[in-house]
Amino acid sequence: MQLHDVWFVLIAVLWIGYFFLEGFDFGIGVLTKLLARDTAERRVLINTIGPVWDGNEVWLLTAGGATFAAFPDWYATLFSGFYIPLLVILVCLIVRGVAFEYRAKRTEERWQRNWEHAIFWTSLLPAFLWGVAFANIVHGVAIDQDKNYVGGFWDLLNPYAVLGGLVTLALFTFHGAVFAALKTVGEIRTRARATALRLGLVTAVLALGFLGWTQVHQGTGRSLAAAAIAVAALAAALAANQLGREGWAFTFSGLTIVAAVAMLFLSLFPDVMPSTLNGGWSLTVENAASSPYTLKLMTVVAAVFTPLVLLYQAWTYWVFRKRIGVQHIPAVQTADH
Amino acid sequence: MELAVAHETIARWQFGVTTVYHFLFVPLTISLAATVAGLETAWVRTGKEKYFHATKFWGKLFLINIAMGVVTGIVQEFQFGMNWSDYSRFVGDVFGAPLAMEALIAFFFESTFIGLWIFGWDKLPKKIHCACIWMVAIGTMLSAYFILAANSWMQHPVGYSIDKATGKAQLTDITKVLFQDTTLVVVFHTLTAAFLTGAAFMVGIASIHLWKAKRAEEPDRKKVATMRTSLRVGLVMAVVAGLGTAISGDTLAKVMFEQQPMKMAAAEALWDTQSPAPFSIFAVGDVTKGHNSVELEVPAALSFLAKSDFSSPVPGINDTAAAEAAKYGGRPTDYIPNVFVTYWGFRLMIGFGMSSFVAGLIGLWTTRRKFLLAPEFRTGEDEPPRLMLTGNRELGPVLTKWSWRIGIWTMGFPLIANSFGWIFTEMGRQPWAVFGLMTTADAVSPNVGVTTQIGALTTFTLLYAVLAVIEVRLLAKYAAAGPVTSEQPPAEDPTLRGPFSDEDADKPLAFAY
Repeated sequence: MQLHDVWFVLIAVLWIGYFFLEGFDFGIGVLTKLLARDTAERRVLINTIGPVWDGNEVWLLTAGGATFAAFPDWYATLFSGFYIPLLVILVCLIVRGVAFEYRAKRTEERWQRNWEHAIFWTSLLPAFLWGVAFANIVHGVAIDQDKNYVGGFWDLLNPYAVLGGLVTLALFTFHGAVFAALKTVGEIRTRARATALRLGLVTAVLALGFLGWTQVHQGTGRSLAAAAIAVAALAAALAANQLGREGWAFTFSGLTIVAAVAMLFLSLFPDVMPSTLNGGWSLTVENAASSPYTLKLMTVVAAVFTPLVLLYQAWTYWVFRKRIGVQHIPAVQTADH
Repeated sequence: MELAVAHETIARWQFGVTTVYHFLFVPLTISLAATVAGLETAWVRTGKEKYFHATKFWGKLFLINIAMGVVTGIVQEFQFGMNWSDYSRFVGDVFGAPLAMEALIAFFFESTFIGLWIFGWDKLPKKIHCACIWMVAIGTMLSAYFILAANSWMQHPVGYSIDKATGKAQLTDITKVLFQDTTLVVVFHTLTAAFLTGAAFMVGIASIHLWKAKRAEEPDRKKVATMRTSLRVGLVMAVVAGLGTAISGDTLAKVMFEQQPMKMAAAEALWDTQSPAPFSIFAVGDVTKGHNSVELEVPAALSFLAKSDFSSPVPGINDTAAAEAAKYGGRPTDYIPNVFVTYWGFRLMIGFGMSSFVAGLIGLWTTRRKFLLAPEFRTGEDEPPRLMLTGNRELGPVLTKWSWRIGIWTMGFPLIANSFGWIFTEMGRQPWAVFGLMTTADAVSPNVGVTTQIGALTTFTLLYAVLAVIEVRLLAKYAAAGPVTSEQPPAEDPTLRGPFSDEDADKPLAFAY
């Protein structure tokens, strides 16, 4: 295994980490409208991810930075090519972060309601758009000989990509519902399980279609194995959810994400962005990678700091391990009391 | 406007708008994180209530501010790829490394520990809670360090070679990128400027409360005690950081005279090489004619600033431009940055920054501790300070009023200085994106249409404007309310294992969104 292959795996790991973690907090954002019935319940949901969403989001920044360092051409082609979807995602992430922090800073109902709308839409849109983006990466897009994307915005919204977007949206929302059942107490916990069942079935239908389409189009033996694991994990998550084993349900919904994203990266390899115009113009792990010196340096940095990050992020989840319910939500604290 | 020019111009405007905006929040985040950490440490060590209230109060303002800093930072991580793809392809091997390190080492640190700090008041023992905000403070500074190392490489590329086959820059020595003199001096200059920014912010807000308390019949004494401590902390910080900014700024200028003579010549609007060179105080230039029409200057001072003696020649814009043209091709005028922006950016940076330093110095003297004052003028810890000129002479009512007003009105001065500092150093590097290696015109994404770019620029500008209004109003509301002196720390120091007993099962969270 050469260094650029190692880095392909590491980039995949960063995206998997991002979708596993921010997957459920996007899901929680969507569920503030699907599951919560009143302000108190919305606050319960928001506070299940309160201490951790910011740390989860850094997985994205690290994936971006690591791609820049390890595969500059991948970074350049991807973000200049998928300009408009990325712009929408950035705007959403900006508003979403501010919404979490500012929502409870004033008592006016309109203020809080507006931020709640914002949390819903800015969680839903990126959850959909990341699927669109990844479906397009795997499928291949119009890349010219200078490694530039020359298609338009609407080309990115092809049926395969839209299906990919619906899969990530459904899967993340399902993952979020399972997380909500794991982290809450009281009536909302019961309803979270029921919602998780419905979402899980929708996800299963969509995911089977999408993974099947991908496998037929460009699958390998390994990607088939990953797809099989994803489907099995989804079934196991649904079963565990029905049995009320919330810890296991979350483990398996997480595994579904891990296996599904791994499947996408396995069907991509050794390309990183295939060209639909000419196979020779595709970006590959070789022609998009940085020099061996940089890859070696970054491997050392990643080897030292990634375990450290996992350690202290895991500790955060442990500190905030207690379930919360409406009775734990304090009155809104404002400037003067 | 020619299309290629429009392309570059819009991309530059977007970078300018998003980056200057982002940097309004960064210095306050850096300095307030460390200050709140210091205040919480003081509380943990002494148990004094005023430190607890100060921690909570400045902590709230810090959180309102960092939220904006974090979200506007996301754009920075991606817009190199979006608008500057040819730049990204050319420099990624070198420039990507510090960026990735920033995310992996600094961003995870600050974002994870900030969550623990915000929500952990009733979950973490206070010493661990306090350690969390120190982690955040360290994270913010590490983040500044890595991104400034990346920027310094654009100012002065080192530790790389150009690959013959691809024509791209390749990293050959990371230690040179991380530890070159440009990086070290810039980091020191930026961090001291950040602390000056936080200092002026604290002094301003503390001044509002103390000046109000001074005029009130029955001021809240706990609030006064908290604000009085905050004022002193802010004033000391303003003087120390202001001095540090000045010293590091002078060192940085000397480095820049070596590495980018054009930037410094433009900073002085020094068109012709002079020996000794004067320091310009005011000038009106005419770019097309290559000289100034009006000038006011201090003889030989520029020679001293550049080379530490009063006689050395300092190369002017015209000679430097001719030398660059001879080296890189093209016409000399291709290598002259916008002299008006560079010249005035440099002056406004120094002017606004040093005003805050002077204000801090005056404030520190007039509010000095009691052992330098006659007994009858001494004030208690929970009383607003008198402003004392000498040991037994208080400032008159008019001067007192104006002193407090200066404290309040200079609150945002360093923010203006920071913005102009960045505008100066980035505009002064033009036409280069990476000095000597790649021009800004060659750096833009060739495949992103002008319409898309205008859409993005408009989106960010409008969004940022709306968020600025929301943020400033929220900040003003919380700043004006002052510390909540009825608030008490948890009666018992929480332990990491609990509390999970039955009576605690339904206890509300200490903090919730």
